[in-house]
Amino acid sequence: MEYHAGAYDVIVVGAGHAGCEAALAASRMGCKTLIITLTLDSIAMMPCNPSIGGTGKGHLVREIDALGGEMGLNIDKAFIQSRMLNTAKGPAVHSLRAQADKSKYHIEMKKTIENQPKLDLVQGEVIDIIVKNQQARGVKTRTGSIYEGNAIILATGVYLKSKIFMGEVNYESGPNGLFPANYLSNRLRELGCNLRRFKTGTPARIHRDSIDFSKMSIQPGDTEIVPFSFMNDEINIEQQPCWLTRTTPETLRIINENLKRSSFYRGDMEGVGPRYCPSIEDKIVRFQDKPTHQLFIEPEGLNTKEMYLQGMSTSLPVEVQVEMIRSVIGLEKAEIMRPAYAIEYDCIDPTQLKLSLEMKHINNFFSAGQFNGTSGYEEAAAQGLIAGINAVLKIRREEPLILDRSEAYIGVIIDDLVTKGTNEPYRMMTSRAEYRLVLRQDNADLRLTEKGYKVGLVTEERYKRFSGKKDKIALEMERLKKTNVTPKEVNNILEEIGSSLIKTGVSLYELLKRPEVSYKEIKRLKKNEVNYEDIDKEVEEQCEIVIKYEGYIDKQLKQIDQFKKLEGKKIPEGINYLEIQGLRLEARQKLNSIRPLSVGQASRISGVSPADISVLLVYLEQKRRQKVGEKN
Amino acid sequence: MFIDDTIAAIATAAGEAGIGIVRISGSKAIEIIDDIFRANNNKKIYEDQRKLTYGYIFDFDNNEKIDEVLAVYMKAPHTYTKEDIVEINCHGGMIPVKRILQLVLRKGARLAEPGEFTKRAFLNGRIDLAQAEAVMDLISAKTEKGFEVAFDQLEGSLSKRVEEMRKEVLELLAHIEVSIDFSEEDVDEVTLDYLLEKSIKLEKSMTKLLSTSDTGKILREGLSTVIVGKPNVGKSSLLNSLLREARAIVTEVPGTTRDVIEEQLNIQGIPIKLIDTAGIRETEDIVEKIGVGKSKELFNKADLVIFMLDASRELTNEDLQIIEMIKDKKIIVLINKTDLPNKLDIAKICHLIGERSIIKTSLKEEVGLDELENVLVNMVYKGEVKSNSNLMIANVRHKDALERALNSLKEGIEAIRRQMPMDFIEVDYKNVWDYLGEITGDTVGEDLIDHIFANFCIGK
Repeated sequence: MEYHAGAYDVIVVGAGHAGCEAALAASRMGCKTLIITLTLDSIAMMPCNPSIGGTGKGHLVREIDALGGEMGLNIDKAFIQSRMLNTAKGPAVHSLRAQADKSKYHIEMKKTIENQPKLDLVQGEVIDIIVKNQQARGVKTRTGSIYEGNAIILATGVYLKSKIFMGEVNYESGPNGLFPANYLSNRLRELGCNLRRFKTGTPARIHRDSIDFSKMSIQPGDTEIVPFSFMNDEINIEQQPCWLTRTTPETLRIINENLKRSSFYRGDMEGVGPRYCPSIEDKIVRFQDKPTHQLFIEPEGLNTKEMYLQGMSTSLPVEVQVEMIRSVIGLEKAEIMRPAYAIEYDCIDPTQLKLSLEMKHINNFFSAGQFNGTSGYEEAAAQGLIAGINAVLKIRREEPLILDRSEAYIGVIIDDLVTKGTNEPYRMMTSRAEYRLVLRQDNADLRLTEKGYKVGLVTEERYKRFSGKKDKIALEMERLKKTNVTPKEVNNILEEIGSSLIKTGVSLYELLKRPEVSYKEIKRLKKNEVNYEDIDKEVEEQCEIVIKYEGYIDKQLKQIDQFKKLEGKKIPEGINYLEIQGLRLEARQKLNSIRPLSVGQASRISGVSPADISVLLVYLEQKRRQKVGEKN
Repeated sequence: MFIDDTIAAIATAAGEAGIGIVRISGSKAIEIIDDIFRANNNKKIYEDQRKLTYGYIFDFDNNEKIDEVLAVYMKAPHTYTKEDIVEINCHGGMIPVKRILQLVLRKGARLAEPGEFTKRAFLNGRIDLAQAEAVMDLISAKTEKGFEVAFDQLEGSLSKRVEEMRKEVLELLAHIEVSIDFSEEDVDEVTLDYLLEKSIKLEKSMTKLLSTSDTGKILREGLSTVIVGKPNVGKSSLLNSLLREARAIVTEVPGTTRDVIEEQLNIQGIPIKLIDTAGIRETEDIVEKIGVGKSKELFNKADLVIFMLDASRELTNEDLQIIEMIKDKKIIVLINKTDLPNKLDIAKICHLIGERSIIKTSLKEEVGLDELENVLVNMVYKGEVKSNSNLMIANVRHKDALERALNSLKEGIEAIRRQMPMDFIEVDYKNVWDYLGEITGDTVGEDLIDHIFANFCIGK
């Protein structure tokens, strides 16, 4: 039983964080778009931790925002606590994190999608991808609806053949008691997708009223709230605190005694889990001499009493979970509302994808998010956005938007996935970015707004605002360089802050270079030509960072120059690596399967040595000359 | 990384020669030569393109005059590589060229890979396709050799030392990264004091390692190798064959080599100091006696002894005396003159000296030299012979990488002292790790992330 249900430019399968960004991007760029999801009640659902952002992840949200994505705007509507992490460290690793009201996050995103012109939202389970002549043409749902599409984006999250584990118990299920998608995997395998099993887990939720907060330390939000989105100036809300507590030696005993009953140690699971997100039993086994572990208790929202137990993900049986949780300080009487579980699911080997997130072997077929082997809402959203943009560009027959490692964390994730693959659910960390000093969260707008504007996703309003900021920064930099101060004007201030005195006049620029001098001091200098109230905080921030860390930033810019030169050496699509004399066999095979776009990308493939790259360079030059020769 | 930096190498063949040439190619060539060369006519070298200019190479950092040279500047694009090229003609022999090359590398050039000048010539459009294919063979051939050597070297003591250092850097890096990426987690934040303390220690051991390679035994004198054997067994011939030129006098009259001859040579990248002794033998000749005394003294200091025997003569008392003197040393036994009828009881020798490398040669017929070179190189890479200064290889590439690592470490220490934020300090440490990795052939990547997860308890 089949029927024709509609025709679209872009069809997005899944409405999680990747799917929502993909669908919004495609429709905002003018394509008629359909988004299909198992249930409309789980749009942009946060089935694990109730927060957006954090180290590395906060950078991603800022980048998504700068390109014209939705995540930053949505969390700004739905957060209940905001903190800038790592403020004691350098500006490159300051990371914004917000606790979300999960239900509000879902509702706000659903509203945005419902109100988006050119975007249709339907409930359904996709069981087939229609492919003709190696090109994706549409999808079919379990109820027989056939939707035609010029591009398909898979964002199936953890739903493919998902299975839940709690001790000896396991059953087929999606997260949070939702249905799994059991049909699509086989079809994808038929289509040549190389699927594998990954796993992840989530801790229990407990009832707020059963917690003794007096035994815990409170973790309030920042007094000054920094919004995620460039479009928001100031947000004032009453923030909710989180709480910090610890496990006890008793917890350790309970886990050790019941270890055999954990699904993971029973050997029931085949999936590979992330190392950065180990279960509590895993932590205890690996770090036996650590007597206690810290736990954060975080609210799941304003209209619920469910509290999230950050740090206690587990696959132990529910009865053991109860005992274990009650051994934690302040949780002696805790009542579990949702038990912790581990979940296993099918995902693709991302080396089957191009940097545009299109599958190498099927045209117009894109994928994003956890299906690509990542973990985390932000990582998913970032890919969703790029897949959405590139699906549209593909239909328009334009060049894809590919951000490189020196331009964005988004570029780092995608390059890592596509070039190196991943053996565990991939999480963003700032240490994965080689050019971290340049890829700051404070300059995401400056790095990416232009690109978002060029593809047509950034609105005129945002672009105007952005240009304004850019001009103001340039003006202020100029002023700092040109404005000189005399010893008489500044020495008393310098003395006060323990900075060495000046003997002759210096520019404000020179002064700001000193680690101990900040804008606060600059502002104390009476300079008539400027009214400091007119200078935005963001402008000050940019100038100060750029001036203060100039030496290091320059070092990194030089590295980027070198990097760009190799990235700029493009490899023609049809190249036959197997015939290149001088390449080692392993390198030939690896290059042949990854099919890098540039020599730079080739050099990052594991198993390809610098010598192989030399050989490749020479080969490419030979080919180029032959071509030139033929033309003449 | 491949095309845009400035490269340098010794352009003349290794070994003794009248002159040696150091060639620099790339955009920084002029800057580098300007930094180290002073012309006698006080002109800047780039004022006189394509003219040999007489002057001196100076190491201004250490206020040292290195060598008297003729230098020439050739402006791009009309050069071999189509880039700016500078050539420095200095005195021959290993020491001046090597020191100049080191200086050039310190000033910012990178040591050229095998065939790289030619590769650039091709990539920049200087040579044609047929020539380029030859280059390709060259690159791949050299690389394979390079891999073998690199692999063997892993067992060498330099690699071990560098590995140890890298481990320390990795640990510091992991500490820094964890405190950045997992600042909310239950791990002890690394303190600047801790970093500083560790770094200063590391700086010391790195400086020490570097100083041994700079002034130390191996680089300056090579692996000290003594050639010993009774008169007329072919010691000088061996020396000459290895040097491929007649420096010592070779005659048929026993005892003509009256003093000790020292020669520097380079076998497959390993600097070797070859010492030819006067024949050891009871004699009334006073001059020879000094020679003999010196011979004995030399054994004690030698890293390796090449003991030569004459296949055409029976084992003599002299041979036995020599065996007695050297039996505790690392020995390669060379049985020479195998072109003549054999009269030597090889089984007896084996019995006397135990398990040793025995190589049969005929220097006259040029047989067995390759084997000798290979055995020698293998002994070095497998760590069987160790220099008294405890450092194995001082190849210029390693030294160059070590110097860059040390510089980055110093910048890191400076950054800590200036209380720069962790993420800035990290940049320097990553450089230290990368540069050390160039020596062992590893690079950063998943290693760091593996280390973080293996050693810190983090996660939700």
